[in-house]
Amino acid sequence: MARRVAIVGAGQTHHKSHRLDVNGREMINEAVMRALADSEITITDIDAIIIGNMDHFESINYVDTWSVEGSGGVMKPIMKVTTGGTTGTSVAIAAYYHVASGLFDRVLAIGWEKNSESDTTAAIVTCSDPVWDRFSYSGAIPSLATEASAYMEQYGATQEDAARVAVRDRTHALNNPYAQMYNRPITIQDVMESSMLAYPIKLLDVCPRTDGACAVVFAAEGIAEKMIPRPAWIKSTAVRHTTTWFGDVDYDTGMLSLQRAAREAYEKAGIKNPAEDFDVAELYLPYSYAGLKWIEALGFCGPGEGPAFVGEGNTDMGGIIPMNPSGGVISTNCIGATALLRVAEAAIQIMGKGEKRQVPDVKTALATGFGGCWWSDVVILTGDKP
Amino acid sequence: MAAWLQDVEDLTLKGQINVPYTWSVGEVGSRFLVALRDEEKILGNRCPSCNTVYVPPRKNCGSCFKDIDDNQWAELGPEGVVTAFTIVRYDYPLQPAKAPFAYAIIKLDGADVGFVHLIRQGLEKLRNGVRVKALFKEERTGHILDIDSFVLLEA
Amino acid sequence: MEKIAIVGVAQTKYERRKKGEIFYDMVYEVTTKAMEDAGYTLDDIDNVITVSNDFWDGRTISCMAVQEVAGAHDKNVSTVEGDGAFGAFYGAMRVLGGFKTTLVVTHSKGSEGDSKVITNAMFDPVYHRALGLDAISSSALQAQAYMEKYGITEEQCAMVSVKNHGNAKNNPCAQLPMNITVEDVMRSRKIADPLKLLDCSPVSDGAAAIIIADKDSAKKARNTPVWIKGIAHCSDAYFLGDRDLADPRALKDAAARAYAMAGITRPRDEIDVVELYDAFSYMEPLWLEGMGFCNQGDGGRMIEKGISVKGGSLPVNPSGGVLSAHPVLTAGLARIIESTLQLRGEADERQVPGARTALAHGINGPCGQSHCVWILGRE
Ligand SMILES: [Zn+2]
Repeated sequence: MARRVAIVGAGQTHHKSHRLDVNGREMINEAVMRALADSEITITDIDAIIIGNMDHFESINYVDTWSVEGSGGVMKPIMKVTTGGTTGTSVAIAAYYHVASGLFDRVLAIGWEKNSESDTTAAIVTCSDPVWDRFSYSGAIPSLATEASAYMEQYGATQEDAARVAVRDRTHALNNPYAQMYNRPITIQDVMESSMLAYPIKLLDVCPRTDGACAVVFAAEGIAEKMIPRPAWIKSTAVRHTTTWFGDVDYDTGMLSLQRAAREAYEKAGIKNPAEDFDVAELYLPYSYAGLKWIEALGFCGPGEGPAFVGEGNTDMGGIIPMNPSGGVISTNCIGATALLRVAEAAIQIMGKGEKRQVPDVKTALATGFGGCWWSDVVILTGDKP
Repeated sequence: MAAWLQDVEDLTLKGQINVPYTWSVGEVGSRFLVALRDEEKILGNRCPSCNTVYVPPRKNCGSCFKDIDDNQWAELGPEGVVTAFTIVRYDYPLQPAKAPFAYAIIKLDGADVGFVHLIRQGLEKLRNGVRVKALFKEERTGHILDIDSFVLLEA
Repeated sequence: MEKIAIVGVAQTKYERRKKGEIFYDMVYEVTTKAMEDAGYTLDDIDNVITVSNDFWDGRTISCMAVQEVAGAHDKNVSTVEGDGAFGAFYGAMRVLGGFKTTLVVTHSKGSEGDSKVITNAMFDPVYHRALGLDAISSSALQAQAYMEKYGITEEQCAMVSVKNHGNAKNNPCAQLPMNITVEDVMRSRKIADPLKLLDCSPVSDGAAAIIIADKDSAKKARNTPVWIKGIAHCSDAYFLGDRDLADPRALKDAAARAYAMAGITRPRDEIDVVELYDAFSYMEPLWLEGMGFCNQGDGGRMIEKGISVKGGSLPVNPSGGVLSAHPVLTAGLARIIESTLQLRGEADERQVPGARTALAHGINGPCGQSHCVWILGRE
């Protein structure tokens, strides 16, 4: 029988566009030391480590073995889990199974990226099939732009509707000193006037490139409760990484992988009405339009209702379902860490450690990951032991 | 087997992942490389917990998992002892020397861990235990190859 | 640990260059064959672990290439980047942690990349990469350090190569079955002293898959289940100069924990067959020492005494080992598959009679920095 598992501490770097003062290993170490301090343990209490990033952003082959001095993996079990943008949730879910299996009591999940070290787009375009896709339709922006324009066409959503999402996340980042875009608020006009990357996506609609790391401590039932007063229990997880070719994505049926992952995770967790059942959501929204369309896939509102739902303030701090109190991916995007930051921030909300970004009385939280070829991960956390 | 498989031509496609990189060395490593460049010195540092003297120097000790603070720097070498080596017999564009040349793990005087570098000359005399000395390049840029190689010292 | 089992296995033939088959084809082949072997359909598989590496595959998010052909459509799936033994480790944890059946699938087309460039990227970009180190030259440093420290001879290492290439003649999947002599190895081209051509594994193309099942699901499988008795992994320090390359302490740690889980106290007596990751001939004696099959430094004599030959008291790599086929990432899973076949009694010409307990092993990183040890049993 699988053991119950909780998050008992999290640490992250102060995310920046360039961290020239540290190399990758040293940056990882900052997040790890903060996670250990937050959990009030030392590295000797950690039984295993899971680490992830994207190889070609730093050109490090076998990051698990390269990083041990920073991660704490010298003479410990360590493995690398990596799935592109979803790496962070993949790492978190792997940490969950390390503990749930009964083989390890306390494990450390690490996601990191030093995006300043390379050309993100030059690396990301190589995700698509070298024979069929790489020369024509690859990388993040073209497929996201296709989705956005299809959504606008289908439901009459506007560029201003999307800009509202970017403004929300950047406003929330005012409360998060770790965010790269901390204290850099923007207006809808700023978004509309920012340079067009690929219609309808403009510069301020998309995530930045970030140097940063995140580390999260997972512990087993029986241990977690003794470590901190209110652990964040993993209630359910679900993953859909189905598609291989960008051309196979159907943009008119909603965000399919997210619908399917959410359906499974909600069913396991007993979530019936997401807008009511969740107290906070930390969503991997790499660009503003996702904040309209993907929340429909998550069942926060019906198809085409995203713009109104967001526009009415339901997703702001103080709204029915605050989204991205951390400032989200639009405010910080150290890619291998990005989805783990969603899980960490959701856990922080349950543990009540959100300081200025804390949503009151969080019992149930949703975290998501996005990546690869329109892939989605869903993680549900709760303050009550499942 | 389908008939068309008998004589289908197997095509391949050439490609390369072309991504330029700019790696952060970090402050500790930068001091090490700057000392190579500006002073022809090899710096290490000592973990205050286990007393290991590391080269290249580290920001934290991987074994003790504690920060190594500022005042633990030590100048090492430039001489040391070979503890392991291999004479490389193949050429490859990645290698900074033409074969035959050697890679060696060198215990620099004052260090507790080995330092991996090149030996170009005197390969026939190369043994574990021989003493070697760092040979610096004339033109140095703050790079591990500011040390051209290590040279064997006469016994 | 709860009882979980390997219920299905499949591997392709390992070849220098698979011209006709791309990743998708190889993965599809082993996925379907592993299910066939287990007597399962795709409906019986509830989650998938793929293993790939962006450097070896020459693409970012390399797992993207194989999701559908791994049967992961609309299923929970994840990816381990590293040797297949580590991927299988995660697969096993997922069954222990709530899933019923994990399909683990690995692929490798070493022929499509440049192994020296790819393994050079294991080394630290600031301190070691510019030196031009790669898997071969770094391993040569380890071989020299180990052989010098304990007086292991080149002839003893050559005997490993002779044995394993000879064993490969009994393995239809092996790439390099060969009748060679110690003299042939000794006279083969010098690569990086003390390694000669015939001390080195090839780089291969191939794929492999296993299905791991919980106790109830294992009952539904067509085959005799092979039970996972103990699993553990551990990493040493990273910088080569920080390590004692002649002392595989991470392997000792992993083996000790795997033995403890499996209740093994006398590995030499209790384990019947070993499939270990011999990327180079010296690795076999060094890893045997790390696994506690002999005292430190006695690995060479163990080879010399013939203990590890097919008819010996502890056959090692009856499949021909990694020296006879080295699909990087897949090779550790191949060790698990070969061990499974041995315990099922289905290893045909390479069968070790009466094998009841087997050890399978994989490595990650330079010079066996990280080790994964599996103890498998018939009961
Ligand atoms: Zn120390």
